[in-house]
Amino acid sequence: MSEFWILLTGALVASCCGILGVFLVLRKMAMIGDAISHSVMPGIVIAFLLSGSRDSLLMMFAALIFGLVTTFLIQMFQQSGIQSDASIGVVFTALFAVGVVLVSLYARQVHLDQDAILYGEIAYVHWNIWELGGINMGPKAVWLLGFTLLVIAAAIGLFYKQFKLCAFDPALAAAIGIPVALFHYLLMGLVSMATVSSFESVGAILVVGLLIIPASTAYLLTDRLGVMIGLSVGAGIASTVIGYYAAALLDASIAGCMVCAAGALFALALLFSPSQGIVMKKLRLRRLAS
Amino acid sequence: MDQIWSMLSDPNMQWIFLGCTLLGLSSGVIGCFSYLRKQSLMGDTLAHAALPGICIAFMLTGVKSIGLFLIGAGAAGLIATFGIGYITRHSRLKQDAAMGIVLSGFFGLGIVLLTLIQHGDYGNQSGLDKFLFGQAASMIGSDVLTMSIVCALLITACTLLFKQFKIISFDPGFARGIGYPVAFLEQLLMLLIVVAVVAGIQAVGVVLVAALLITPAVSARYWTDRLGLMVVLSGLFGAASGAVGTWISASVSNLPTGPVTVLAATLLFGVSVLFGPKRGLVAKRLMRRKVKQRFNRESDPLAQSHVKKKEAAL
Repeated sequence: MSEFWILLTGALVASCCGILGVFLVLRKMAMIGDAISHSVMPGIVIAFLLSGSRDSLLMMFAALIFGLVTTFLIQMFQQSGIQSDASIGVVFTALFAVGVVLVSLYARQVHLDQDAILYGEIAYVHWNIWELGGINMGPKAVWLLGFTLLVIAAAIGLFYKQFKLCAFDPALAAAIGIPVALFHYLLMGLVSMATVSSFESVGAILVVGLLIIPASTAYLLTDRLGVMIGLSVGAGIASTVIGYYAAALLDASIAGCMVCAAGALFALALLFSPSQGIVMKKLRLRRLAS
Repeated sequence: MDQIWSMLSDPNMQWIFLGCTLLGLSSGVIGCFSYLRKQSLMGDTLAHAALPGICIAFMLTGVKSIGLFLIGAGAAGLIATFGIGYITRHSRLKQDAAMGIVLSGFFGLGIVLLTLIQHGDYGNQSGLDKFLFGQAASMIGSDVLTMSIVCALLITACTLLFKQFKIISFDPGFARGIGYPVAFLEQLLMLLIVVAVVAGIQAVGVVLVAALLITPAVSARYWTDRLGLMVVLSGLFGAASGAVGTWISASVSNLPTGPVTVLAATLLFGVSVLFGPKRGLVAKRLMRRKVKQRFNRESDPLAQSHVKKKEAAL
């Protein structure tokens, strides 16, 4: 049974991240995703210190605020003349440092493990059960992730057309009256939500791997946005499953193996994608030449 | 407070203190060039990518020596640079996605290797996880010596090649035109960034060492428009943050050095954002007020005459 819950949690994380990652990759904001996944750390820690529990909506809310603050600060420094990548670098390292200092100072008093935040503890997911009126409802993480996935799917589903236009042609979107800035912040808010609900399972650092790598894999395989989202989620889930069994085989970190599996899938797509793959291009050239 | 002062009289601590200051200085200097060449996040990627290199170096030799780790991390960093270049050149993915993929992929591999080491029967492995956030106080004499020598070499290289690096940072096309080996110099600069990152790993940690490259350089940019001065200022900012970080983290138990150093650098950044001449927020606000006052003063008679003309026309 534990195996089922772990795989389900992993699949939910991969779905949340896979959907959002597509938009990050298309808007060339992969590193902003990285920055947000680092800088929600102080939000998580502060909410934990305030509430004393690990699975509160407060934590989600605090992380959401820090995610939006990150986006806002990056934007502000960029407008004041700092190069965009440098402003990303300054903001997320500073916020992440605040988070680590808080953890190191208070980790002794409260039960918050530095390793758990960084690499997650997906293996213990099924021990943290949600009970409602004495009835076992399954792991809390699954419910939290399910809720997040619902919110993400609802937001993207409702505003699919707007998100699509903002991803490919923000100037046109602005010209026909779509509030581009609003959708930018909405996307960033969703990314912070996905990060915080995944952090317990895969950790703050490796979320970014599941955000960017499956989406990039999908980007190499198709030219259609809808298909790309589906493929991205599929690649994410596949890497979860492969990663889990590889980790069991090697006796190593599950989250690490999941990201490695995602990386391996990406390498396969890079080489053998039917339309974009390097090997396929070479073969096509050779066939044309002969 | 007394404890902090008494710490400075400990000779071992003095060495570590000196090493970290030197580290901040050299990262600040190199960071200027990587900032101007719009490669700030490259340092972050290289730092994350160094983790599997360190783990493999340890697994192969079973020794914790900063020299060996330098080699392992340097090799991993070079592979990562190559990987980013390969992905951007041979697919339609942009550089940021390529960096994200390489960064998280390598880091994931590093975590896997780290857990393999922890679960395997490698003796003397404790403290390897200190590399994530750095613990300057855990360095021993030979580590500090290696680090100091590396940093001194970095600063020397930057001083000797200052003119060349300056020109490839601002106008690579012109540099090629007057016959500089631009590709070689770019690779060399990348190598220096790798070395700076790797040298800082034990003191500041894999996750945050990039901040030593980015933050002091951005702060220095607020104070001046001249590269020479910017490099000096950035070096000074870096050195100050390295010193403060080591000092505070060594005096509070269980506090890693990396985050404290980064927070010190961020504090300097905040001061620069507020009070930098010309670019700082305060200076901009004052300037705006002055312009507004002048505009009001100059447009006042104009407006009055306009009103008078209108009255006359009526």
